[in-house]
Amino acid sequence: MSLAEVTPVPSSDATAASAPPAPPRPPVARAFGAILWRDLFVAGKDIWFVLAQVLMTPLFMLFIFTQVLTMQGIVGVGFADILLPGTVALATFTTALQSVAVPLVKEFGFTREIEDRLLSPLPTALVAVGKLMVATLRGLFAAVVVYPLGALVVGSAPGGWSALPLSLVVVLLAGWVGAALGMTLATVLPLQRIQATFSLFVTPIIWTGCVHYPWQRLAEMPWFQVATAANPMTYAAEALRAAMAPHVTHLPIGLCLLVLSGVAAAATAAALRAFARRAVR
Amino acid sequence: MSSTGTHPLVDGPGAAAAPAAPAPGGQPGSGPAVEVVDLVKRYPGQDRNAIDSLSFAVRPGEVFGLLGPNGAGKSTTVGVLTTTIRASSGTARVDGVDVVRHPVAARTRFAVVPQYNNLDRALTPRQNLLSHAAYHGVPRAERRRRADRLLTEFGLDKQADSRVDFFSGGMSQRLMIARALMHDPRVVFLDEPTNGLEPQARLLIRTRIRQLRERGVTVVLTSHEMTEVAELADRVAIVDHGRLLTLDTPANLVRGVAGRAVLDLAVRPGPGDGATDLLAALTALDGVRTGEVTTGGAAAPGPAGRGGPGLAGLAADPRIAARIAAARSDPRKAAKLAAARNDPRFAALFAAAPAATADGPAGEIRLRLHLDADPAAVLGPALTVLTGRAARLTDVHIGKPGLEDIFLSLTGKEIR
Repeated sequence: MSLAEVTPVPSSDATAASAPPAPPRPPVARAFGAILWRDLFVAGKDIWFVLAQVLMTPLFMLFIFTQVLTMQGIVGVGFADILLPGTVALATFTTALQSVAVPLVKEFGFTREIEDRLLSPLPTALVAVGKLMVATLRGLFAAVVVYPLGALVVGSAPGGWSALPLSLVVVLLAGWVGAALGMTLATVLPLQRIQATFSLFVTPIIWTGCVHYPWQRLAEMPWFQVATAANPMTYAAEALRAAMAPHVTHLPIGLCLLVLSGVAAAATAAALRAFARRAVR
Repeated sequence: MSSTGTHPLVDGPGAAAAPAAPAPGGQPGSGPAVEVVDLVKRYPGQDRNAIDSLSFAVRPGEVFGLLGPNGAGKSTTVGVLTTTIRASSGTARVDGVDVVRHPVAARTRFAVVPQYNNLDRALTPRQNLLSHAAYHGVPRAERRRRADRLLTEFGLDKQADSRVDFFSGGMSQRLMIARALMHDPRVVFLDEPTNGLEPQARLLIRTRIRQLRERGVTVVLTSHEMTEVAELADRVAIVDHGRLLTLDTPANLVRGVAGRAVLDLAVRPGPGDGATDLLAALTALDGVRTGEVTTGGAAAPGPAGRGGPGLAGLAADPRIAARIAAARSDPRKAAKLAAARNDPRFAALFAAAPAATADGPAGEIRLRLHLDADPAAVLGPALTVLTGRAARLTDVHIGKPGLEDIFLSLTGKEIR
């Protein structure tokens, strides 16, 4: 079927007689589905690479901190309950961030391969939303893989099944925030210095995100406590602690979800705006 | 001609500057295939418009050439028409759909083939075609059928499931054209489609463009390859500084701007006669608009003897070489030297010189006359002038000025 032959949608608009009639409705839903499928297909194709990328840092980190340093008496025995939720948050957040930012820099930059999708019959914002969705799913995938393997490494599985629903909500929110920040960075930062500027933003996010320490215990270092409070990943790590290891001191879960939702909304708006500015000049 | 000047053809019937009514309901085939009315684009931070009140219309089913030097605004125009660049003001329609108001709907009507490779590197060639069609809502069975057909038509069926990273420039270009056709667009924008390709690929792509026209698909072509545009395009628009300089068929453009033909003459001037004088005599003829010395005279301009015959060739003889050297600085000696050729006292001397000196190309000048009359009508009087001045005609060529001549005359010769 030729797309040009799609039946026009009858208009009931009273002004339709004077204004030029709207063209037939384009197949937006099918285009969105196809673009989503393309991103999932590509992600599935390099699943082993994604796995390696997702697993390496968190598992090494867990091993060193909870086994090596504990054995040497440097770190206390209960540290795994602090670190494992933090590590899951980190893996989710950074995986989502990278899986949108890295391809986007390439696709908007030297390969320009995103153009075929931008010229598809759907609003430009939906191309961006599709990328955020797939990146969030990759973040979720990272969490799903890191948590059980991490539990094996540290020798305990804090939270268990009862923590699952809340953890899932937090992981999806954290993934979405990471993806939206990744998209904003990838479309706003200058292409020529993308690598340097990228790590300039991402490294502090990783280390000030309360992955390795509960936020409330930073009371002795108020300036650092303020700095970590400005990092959305803090709320993801704290929320996962609330879900998985409630006995560890943590920020109120309501506050965490509120902040994460607010940041998700703001980052999405920023990401879509930055994406549109790159897509349509 | 001024590069920014207007041309009568712009305002002529071919210019189609008047906006046509939009297609009812945005239906294909009921208005211009592409229509641009008073289009303006100014990029942020720029002090001039990239597109400056541009208007033109492309008829359905025609191959339309959009030409202009680098930075003329043609890519920006195509960018606006293909919804990747936001217009500052004005109207742009593709297949009757306003691309500014309905960009999403417009994208179902056109396809773009850029001059750089923007294929999806994560997918195979076949998957590139299939996914493109899927984005455009083509049903699964139909898109498989189309992909098979297009891969075969473009000679890519054997590499259909390899990686696009390994594709040559020509293969990528063919695949991008095939991809563009996957959703059955009404208008195809081709940017430099054969740039840097091997002759076989160029031939294939030109054939496909002609086939598209036969199927009623409108093709908007930008190219620097003037011969190609002249050969393929039904009409050509030349833009510069964001404005339309002219719009017409290639044949009309050539006829309209540079006269009807050019007459290239290879002449050996008579004794004492020079290129400049000869040219002046020939350009005084009826039907000759302007003329120029293309070779011979330009190398040694000035008084008759200096542009005279055989100087370079005669220099093979050392005795004459000395006199030529003197003649270069003294016009009177130059005249004497040229006259000496017919002097019996010097006959032996000239006979001693190599044969090529008297009859070879060295003694020849080439003149180009731009005509505004039939070349056959000018050739007779031109011969009379030449005979009267004892000049010998050694070669005649009736040439037509090409699109490139028009392009250069409209947009200037400065490199951008």
